[in-house]
Amino acid sequence: MAKAAAKTAATASSSAERRPALAGRSTSATGVKVEVLPPAERMSLRAPEASLAALSKALGVTLPKAPKTSASKAGRTALWLGPDEWLVIDEAGKDPLADCAGVSALHSSVGVSHRNIAISVAGPAAEAAINSGCPQDLSLVAFPVGAGSRTILGKVEIVLLRTAEDAFRVECWRSFSDYVFTFLSEGARDAAG
Amino acid sequence: MSGAFRIPAAGRLKQAKTARFSFDGQSYAGVEGDTLASALLANGVHLVGRSFKYHRPRGVLSAGAEEPNALVQIVRDDARKTPNVRATVQELYDGLAANSQNRWPSLSFDVSAVNDLASPLFSAGFYYKTFMWPKAAWKSLYEPKIREAAGLGISPDRPDPDHYSSRYAHCDVLVLGGGAAGIAAALAAAETGVSVILADEQAKFGGSLRFESGAMIDGQDGFAWAQAAVAKLAAMGNVRVLSRTTAFGYYAQNFVGLVERVSDHLKAPGHDLPRERLWQVRAKRVMLASGAIERHMVFANNDRPGIMLAGAARTYLNQYGVAVGRNVGVYTANDSAYAAAIDLKKAGVNVAAIVDLRDNPTGPVIDEARALGIEINFGRAVIRAGGKLRVSSMTVQPKNGGGERTIPVDAILMSAGWTPSVHLFSQSRGKVAFNDETKRFVPGTYAQDCVSVGACNGTDGLSATLDEAYAAGAKAAKDAGAKDASTKTGKGAKPKVDASESWSRGMLGAAPGAGPDTTVKAFVDFQNDVTAKDIRQAVHEGMRSIEHVKRFTTNGMATDQGKTSNMHGLAIAAETLGKPIPEVGLTTFRAPYTPVTFGAIVSHARGPLFDPTRKTAIHPWAEAQGAVFEDVGQWKRAWYFPKAGEDMHKAVDRECVAVRNKAGLFDASTLGKIEVVGPDAAKFMELLYTNPWEKLEPGRCRYGIMLREDGFIYDDGVVGRLAPDRFHVTTTTGGAPRVMNHMEDYLQTEFPHLNVWLTSITEQWAVIAVQGPKSRDIIAPLVEGIDMSDEALPHMSVREGKICGVPTRLFRMSFTGERGFEVNVPADYGQAVWEALWAEGQKHGATAYGTESMHVLRAEKGYIIVGQDTDGTVTPNDAGLDWAVGKKKADFVGIRGLMRPDLVAKGRKQLVGLKTKDPKVVLEEGAQIVEDPKQPIPMKMIGHVTSSYWSENCGRSIALALVTGGRDRMGDTLYVPMPNGVIEVEVTGMVFFDETGGRLNG
Amino acid sequence: MLLIRCPYCEEERPELEFRNAGEAHIARSANMAGESDDDFEKFFFIRSNPKGIIYERWRHMHGCARFFNAVRDTVTDKFVMTYKAGEPKPSKLPKNSNEVVAK
Repeated sequence: MAKAAAKTAATASSSAERRPALAGRSTSATGVKVEVLPPAERMSLRAPEASLAALSKALGVTLPKAPKTSASKAGRTALWLGPDEWLVIDEAGKDPLADCAGVSALHSSVGVSHRNIAISVAGPAAEAAINSGCPQDLSLVAFPVGAGSRTILGKVEIVLLRTAEDAFRVECWRSFSDYVFTFLSEGARDAAG
Repeated sequence: MSGAFRIPAAGRLKQAKTARFSFDGQSYAGVEGDTLASALLANGVHLVGRSFKYHRPRGVLSAGAEEPNALVQIVRDDARKTPNVRATVQELYDGLAANSQNRWPSLSFDVSAVNDLASPLFSAGFYYKTFMWPKAAWKSLYEPKIREAAGLGISPDRPDPDHYSSRYAHCDVLVLGGGAAGIAAALAAAETGVSVILADEQAKFGGSLRFESGAMIDGQDGFAWAQAAVAKLAAMGNVRVLSRTTAFGYYAQNFVGLVERVSDHLKAPGHDLPRERLWQVRAKRVMLASGAIERHMVFANNDRPGIMLAGAARTYLNQYGVAVGRNVGVYTANDSAYAAAIDLKKAGVNVAAIVDLRDNPTGPVIDEARALGIEINFGRAVIRAGGKLRVSSMTVQPKNGGGERTIPVDAILMSAGWTPSVHLFSQSRGKVAFNDETKRFVPGTYAQDCVSVGACNGTDGLSATLDEAYAAGAKAAKDAGAKDASTKTGKGAKPKVDASESWSRGMLGAAPGAGPDTTVKAFVDFQNDVTAKDIRQAVHEGMRSIEHVKRFTTNGMATDQGKTSNMHGLAIAAETLGKPIPEVGLTTFRAPYTPVTFGAIVSHARGPLFDPTRKTAIHPWAEAQGAVFEDVGQWKRAWYFPKAGEDMHKAVDRECVAVRNKAGLFDASTLGKIEVVGPDAAKFMELLYTNPWEKLEPGRCRYGIMLREDGFIYDDGVVGRLAPDRFHVTTTTGGAPRVMNHMEDYLQTEFPHLNVWLTSITEQWAVIAVQGPKSRDIIAPLVEGIDMSDEALPHMSVREGKICGVPTRLFRMSFTGERGFEVNVPADYGQAVWEALWAEGQKHGATAYGTESMHVLRAEKGYIIVGQDTDGTVTPNDAGLDWAVGKKKADFVGIRGLMRPDLVAKGRKQLVGLKTKDPKVVLEEGAQIVEDPKQPIPMKMIGHVTSSYWSENCGRSIALALVTGGRDRMGDTLYVPMPNGVIEVEVTGMVFFDETGGRLNG
Repeated sequence: MLLIRCPYCEEERPELEFRNAGEAHIARSANMAGESDDDFEKFFFIRSNPKGIIYERWRHMHGCARFFNAVRDTVTDKFVMTYKAGEPKPSKLPKNSNEVVAK
């Protein structure tokens, strides 16, 4: 992305400038920081059980089979979203779509890198900040580190991943990101109080 | 100390700082820790409001949330004027300003008090009887007058400047009520390690321990024990303690709504603090420890200021150090009022007499009162109170009649007994049971995983309450999954009661001083001005069910929800009906327990968080260009791009002409996009769309129509086949989510055997439509790896390649009828690619155009918009799109619906074009169409205008319309009657511009 | 707000994540085009709308996105049980509320 941003000349041979939504936005309250994360490679992966071994091998991360779980390796995270659905997020700059291109086992891989944006919510009050609009039980017992789930924040859909005891990654669609960031900022302000 | 009625030696606020406040403009001093009510009483102010219907002067009745009378308006500033705040709950802060309500011009002289004299007019059900005739007067006279008189307090008239927050929370054990029972239950549960939330509506925990001076627990004063126990709980990691928090609603599956009043008690709340916080708690087990509410005695003029509940007077004394009078009378039917009399007497207040309705009660409190020299009268009743703005006397008579005696007093403490507070239990859908012995409704059959403990469960006595609550707390924790509830030894132990008070029962219904005289005002429901007479009258007029009595008299229907009145009302109705109480039954308690602000319910969902505002990647460019935006669902879409001096029409005319003559750029990013992937993708498309797809070659596009099973058009859009197993489907902007749901529904439940998956890619791709004869010239220099010739990239085709160095899915397609392209690029590149295309476009005279021009251009070509030209009753044939229905297909969603007799019958409405006879007249969308404008009203309408615009390219107005048998009426003249005259129109085909379609390759 | 057990996520989740999707076990004919008017009417228009036990479809819209089936009592609004799409209509219902299947 940094590479793309550096080349801005509008000619056919150079790359158009990438302008991620909300780039660099962040806000802090006592005990919690809400911060827009840099772009990442993302893929929506759909596949039947029989294809999982081949896909896991190609992706370098074992696709989780249990609901509300995720698996992570070398900057790449696969979240179980449904019984045949995974969201693969790569923060190491490698394209999971390319890795799956050669897999002949039955599957559907669709690039959604630009569809989603990610917001980090971190700090001791992170859980409370997210619970300002998310109705799920986010206690460590019910939603341990590594747990991931599609759910609701206020009036929009998000994908929630617990990255540490006191840190979450919130993914949402690009055009909802302003709403989600504002909501989390208000939640953070209240959680701090 | 502040206030003449403050007793220096009494209460728990001895060290508190002075807090100045005002009531109706008069300044007073109270202390921090006071409620507004206690501070007013400390200053000898009992008159705090006027009643709702009769405008009778009213005083403070209670010391808690059950208060029906002392409702005031708290004014922080011009925007913050909160009405109907209970003075008994509002905590004092320095500078608090409160006003009384429901009076004019002043509290002590209220013109509407004439209602009291005219009260025979306002008997039960008077609304239903009085405002019947004449019918016409209802709208012009009765309703406006009633509305004017109705309601309490004045609504704030400015936007609420405060903010409110909300929180979802989960816990193992939720304890509602922080009196002795709630605290004991919370201790027992918390000691097992499960997560516990303990909530109480008061600022200080303790419940009745606030006034029960005789309670000793674990060797200390009951109230002190409560503070220490709560402090211990608050320090535990698994416990959340919420004070000033009211559980207002108990919903399904142990979902409880609570409102925490965060900053209403603060002098200057920090900007970061919400005013209130809504808690939505899901608990594995709920423990109800909501206590009991004292009932008043029902006798004539029992509403005079200075007459209050005995327990409240005790609270004012023992918590706030306030004497509610200097010479008080007591009227009771149970023991607890004796305790109040004793406490006041010991504090130096004269107790004129205790009047006890019971014949010969015995017990330690009676002995103690007698020993203190208090006059006690058994078997007697207070038949009326004297005084108007303040009680001045009580008139006593033997309960079975006899000589009257009037005793001067400045306050009367009354107690008819205690009603278990079963509101939340009842809201949980539990069924109450009537205990005939104690004459009270207590929790009977439970509907949810909850348990009631203490007074709300009908448990009497502190010792029994703590035993019950502690055991139940441990059990709830165990049921909620505590590892081992018995291992808590060492961490805590059951609180031990060293001393407590014991009260016997009391009475329900009207005392002798409540009638039968029909002019007597013996109030049952203070807030709604319902008297014993009203309830009797309701029964006499034929109301048999308590639900009818309630609605006819409005007993229990005020904002206090009948906390003090329900049982009395029920008993009077039962007595009048000659039935036992349980046969008459209790009305249902509904949420909210106490009023909840709109702010708390709305919480974060205001301003920018009211609803998401969705913007495309290209939005900032359009905004910088001065585009005017329109709302399309949650999206903001560029509507038109006015240049200096242009209005909407001029801008749209210019944009439309430019697109046809040169080129135009349009942000189409909001179109729904779905990637359909898998070996059975084409099979799936065959089933979901009317068109054939199997033979569509990769790299080609097709306009698809989606039906519902009933055969009506549901959505449409251009679909590109990227590969044998991959389709790029577009949907309407507004239809995107429901189309996705519709497709998933069929895929998952009807066609699960197909190997295909759907992914929403609406937001993955920004879409830039480049339309017009110069469109190829603009795009070509920026594209890599795609042959842009008509042979290689004909109309309705798609290629993947690069534009401006980034990936693109380049569609050759047109929604304008001109040569056109839709450039899809990953969203984050959308604006940069747009800017590059814009720069190229400037070399060719291109313009940016918005949704209005898009609408005009497509209408010139007769392209429909689903949802505008169709309305859920239009078939492909009706819309002139029969060609898009695969005739050889064996199945698709809607195939059977299309065969329904009504859908193939003659005379259906069909989409046609309309040209006004006067080309300058633009029809109104939605206008009705008739054959004969001279026919009598109501005319027979044969259709309506669906789309209508001024077309600068055609030099005239154009319109589309759904008209009965429309295609058989080509060339006919029809009429559109409008308020300013009839408009003559000619029925035409739907294509107004370039009928042969040559410009697609122009 | 109800708690609904998603048979795919194997846990109870808040109602906000779900959408009701109408009556269950109304199969679309494999020979749709050949359906009689009466059969089509029954399939498309007629619903049982019972007082008491209803078999209905829900979608875990904002969760795993799966459609599934549920048995609910329309009087108490309690879920009796939930099961995966495509599974047969249960011939026997558990005795008590959702507790039985929740654990």
